[in-house]
Amino acid sequence: MLTIDALCKIYPNGTQALEKISLNVDAGEIVALVGGSGCGKTTLLRMISGLEAPTRGHAALDGEVIHAPHPAVGIVFQEARLLPWLTVAQNISFGLDHLPKDEQERRVDEALLRVGLAGYGNRWPRELSGGQAQRVSIVRALVTQPKALLLDEPFSALDALTRESLQDHLLALWETHRPTLVLVTHDVEEAVALADRAIVLQPKPGRIFADIPIDLPRPRDRLSPEFAEAKRLVLKALDGSINQPHSHQAGRVQSPAAGGSF
Amino acid sequence: MSEATLDQTTTTNAQPKAARFAVFGTSFLLGLVLPVTAGLLYEAAFRAGLVQARLLPPPSRVFTTLWKLAQSGELATHVLATTVRVGMGFGLGALVGMLLGALTGASRNARRLLDPTLQALRAIPSLAWVPLFILWLGIFESSKIALIAVGVFFPVYLGVMAAIANVDRKIVEVGRVFRLSRLALVRRVLLPAILPDFIIAIRSGLGLGFMFVVAAEIMGASEGLGYLLVDGQQLGKPDQILAAIIAFAVLGKIGDWLIVVLTKPFLTWQDTHQRGA
Ligand SMILES: Nc1ncnc2c1ncn2[C@@H]1O[C@H](COP(=O)(O)OP(=O)(O)OP(=O)(O)O)[C@@H](O)[C@H]1O
Ligand SMILES: [Mg+2]
Repeated sequence: MLTIDALCKIYPNGTQALEKISLNVDAGEIVALVGGSGCGKTTLLRMISGLEAPTRGHAALDGEVIHAPHPAVGIVFQEARLLPWLTVAQNISFGLDHLPKDEQERRVDEALLRVGLAGYGNRWPRELSGGQAQRVSIVRALVTQPKALLLDEPFSALDALTRESLQDHLLALWETHRPTLVLVTHDVEEAVALADRAIVLQPKPGRIFADIPIDLPRPRDRLSPEFAEAKRLVLKALDGSINQPHSHQAGRVQSPAAGGSF
Repeated sequence: MSEATLDQTTTTNAQPKAARFAVFGTSFLLGLVLPVTAGLLYEAAFRAGLVQARLLPPPSRVFTTLWKLAQSGELATHVLATTVRVGMGFGLGALVGMLLGALTGASRNARRLLDPTLQALRAIPSLAWVPLFILWLGIFESSKIALIAVGVFFPVYLGVMAAIANVDRKIVEVGRVFRLSRLALVRRVLLPAILPDFIIAIRSGLGLGFMFVVAAEIMGASEGLGYLLVDGQQLGKPDQILAAIIAFAVLGKIGDWLIVVLTKPFLTWQDTHQRGA
């Protein structure tokens, strides 16, 4: 569904942010990108979204190479990025201009209801808390019903409790249309709670260090031993990715258990 | 998220009109304290014979003059003449400033092409144009309007250019993600984003418009508030000069106030530290 093929990114200042990233994501799959600061997670997401062009290689959606923002790919940024001059409802329907008014309204109302913000439609963004704004931002990306949604550390600015409840909101929203989700996070617990796979990136230049399947049934019990074990595996891979910056085995380690290199 | 919090916020939004008016009233009155006290003190000093008021007439005499001018209909004629000049010069200067500012703000190539020339022209004190404008356009309305337009042009041009060039990349990216066309991006993202700065640019433009209308009218006019100034000087009537100055102040303030009031509905979304102050 989403294919990334030998993607490299060298910024104009010479920083090589990504080196030969190749990745396949199935339709409806939830993939978490984890890795230390500066390992190229945001860069990768920006390439997939079409906001920025890769230096070499490409990202493609259903075989169609992405050169510019694609109608079937939504993105949620780290900050909510609501347009301050539009009300909450107008923000949510920002990408729905092509639809008739009543359909827009229907979708906005339904979306607000789903994220627990019914009645907030007429507020200004400045009248929202950080978590509320981020919920609106997620919903704004989802009401256009994209096939793939990219999320760049959407909950990192929030406290642990809010984060957990927003993760549940995200899963509930995902259930309706089952878009493909690519979620950047630095929070291992978040990756394990949400994703079908955790991709661990390694910095300088950004490469895939490990690709860890998380085969836990949903809803996931954060306190179960299986959850803890999955967390341990991801954490271990993450440690390995950070402590071996000079290893040049840029290939793909299938799973940390099989890889045995850490 | 409960009903109660919702209700609470709606009531703060729909702040009782009377209360808001009272706040407006007190701050308005506070602003009057200084000038009124000074005026009263001077008036008292004059009545007590402490000051010789030949060159600086007391407020009562100035307002009497103003009143007479108003009654004879003269004041209206002069105010109208000045207003029309400022209006036309401001309209012209602001329009051209807006267009060129938008062009240079949005396109780097346009900026490279046009901005150096415009900045060079800006370095010329605007009054230096007067002789040339008079040669080209004659001493009547056209040269005056041109001068005012030049004065208004630069702050508007600079303000709009800077505002557009400084629109947050993050906000523009939201427009790009939703694949807005160039025109839609301008209409739905850039214009609303620059509106606050644009209004400031327009307000300083209007301020300069009033400055230049004085210059234009002093240089030769048969009507207008600037003419009243010169006339007062030539006939040795300081009360008329002060009356004209007061009329200028009031007119300028009304113009500025009109811009603020007319644009306020579009700015309710703003999140500034002075909200509602
Ligand atoms: N616009 C840019 N120009 C030059 N270099 C950049 C630019 N953006 C990012 N980089 C560099 O590319 C590398 C990857 O950056 P990126 O923002 O993708 O990291 P990240 O994994 O998202 O980090 P974080 O977790 O801190 O957000 C870093 O070394 C960074 O310095
Ligand atoms: Mg990042």
